[in-house]
Amino acid sequence: MDALSEFGGTLVLLLRDVMPIMAILFGFQLFVLRKKIKNPKRILIGMVLVILGLAFFLEGLEMALFPIGRLMAEQLTAPEFIYGADAVIPAQADWTEYYWVYAFAAAIGFATTIAEPALIAVAIKANQVSGGTIKVNGLRFAVAIGVAVGVALGAFRIITGTPLHWYIITGYVLVIIQTTFAPKIIIPLAYDSGGVTTSTVTVPLVAALGLGLAETIPGRSPLLDGFGLIAFASLFPIIAVMAYAQLGALRVRRQTSRTQTHEDNDP
Amino acid sequence: MIAPLKQSFRSLRDSFMDLLPIILVVSFFQFVVLQQPLPNVAKLLAGIFMVMVGLTLFIQGLKMALFPLGEEMAFNFVRAGNLWWLFLFAFTLGFGTVMAEPALILISDKAAEVAAAGGMIDNNETAQASYALGLRLTVALSVGVALLVGVLRILKGWPVQYLIIGGYIGVVIMTYFAPPEIIGIAYDSGGVTTSTVTVPLVTALGVGLASSIRGRDPMLDGFGMIALAVLTPMIFVMAYGILI
Repeated sequence: MDALSEFGGTLVLLLRDVMPIMAILFGFQLFVLRKKIKNPKRILIGMVLVILGLAFFLEGLEMALFPIGRLMAEQLTAPEFIYGADAVIPAQADWTEYYWVYAFAAAIGFATTIAEPALIAVAIKANQVSGGTIKVNGLRFAVAIGVAVGVALGAFRIITGTPLHWYIITGYVLVIIQTTFAPKIIIPLAYDSGGVTTSTVTVPLVAALGLGLAETIPGRSPLLDGFGLIAFASLFPIIAVMAYAQLGALRVRRQTSRTQTHEDNDP
Repeated sequence: MIAPLKQSFRSLRDSFMDLLPIILVVSFFQFVVLQQPLPNVAKLLAGIFMVMVGLTLFIQGLKMALFPLGEEMAFNFVRAGNLWWLFLFAFTLGFGTVMAEPALILISDKAAEVAAAGGMIDNNETAQASYALGLRLTVALSVGVALLVGVLRILKGWPVQYLIIGGYIGVVIMTYFAPPEIIGIAYDSGGVTTSTVTVPLVTALGVGLASSIRGRDPMLDGFGMIALAVLTPMIFVMAYGILI
């Protein structure tokens, strides 16, 4: 009974979330474009599936994965775990002792990104538009690796207490350099993939990790240092997706040059 | 009767594969690193099953409703030929979805606490509430502007990198002038504006526009709207921090 009323609550929240979008879409369609919606039954069923699907998805995450993930983030960042139960906790955090935190940050960043529904949506669309050149899973893996690196680096930043904007600015300089060299066709998609990683699954777990770190490390404030991990998670996928395309282009170039030298050698 | 059953079994299996990494990571850290048993296994399994079903339904609904709707509207706007309505539509869509976003309400309340603790605003409830609302309006406005510029960019065929790189240079410059308390929030606010329903819709809209205008490439011109919606909140929120 309890679970059922919780599910109902999630459903109501989602409806409140989706209603304005639907009102804008149908308002413009009916009053401005003055067009009947094609296949209204199919669209309606589809919308119901989207809302119901998200409700199941969020409720399931809240039941199974979020509590254990949050608990894990707390336990892994607890000083007793890092330095051992009897050890004296140093006033200055020793960043080398936090290896399990970096491993967890990277692993959970990667794993949650693979399950991110918005990313699946963009990957499906990119696959359709590119005529199959961009593989759905290839793009998702590239983005997930970017998030993994980003979140691990973000954890390192909170532990060492270095300023956020140094990292972000360095990252953007890298993005600018890559933009001049990467295949043109990938650039808009790479930029977009930064934004899709941070919707439903990644944010709650990554935020719990950031908060856990900021609360237990001496000299950090959860309010000031807890923020910023999401920025890392949306910057590094851009770099990773462009790198993925660059590697692909490099491989093609190497192959063509190899076949060319092969032909040159042939009498 | 057999074919659709087989189909839904296959999509359920796909969803399970999507979840497998999370399950592996959580089990590894629970058993090997923390060395603790799993709490409440039945609830855990039920939850994982619900996530699988949810993901399967969502992707089905995406293909049935969100993608065709976005593309059809883009096509109709281009055929109707009235660009002002298209701009108004893009702005309203961005503004409306962000104002309704629950994640943003949470973040802006927290940001008001930070601002009060940092002495930027008075430490009482009315000052915090008005600061939080101001922040939400700022982010909503910025995403409205982002989608409007995104549509304009597709119509004109501007390469997205000039807009984005120019914007990020603006972000870097503003970082030096903005109060330090707002920087983390500004950088994060870019990430929270893109919800699971808006992303597919906006992507379909962009791709639909680029494919129905002659001379535009859906790959080069269709993508890029989300990137703009991530960028503009950073600029607008820092400007809000500087002005308040």
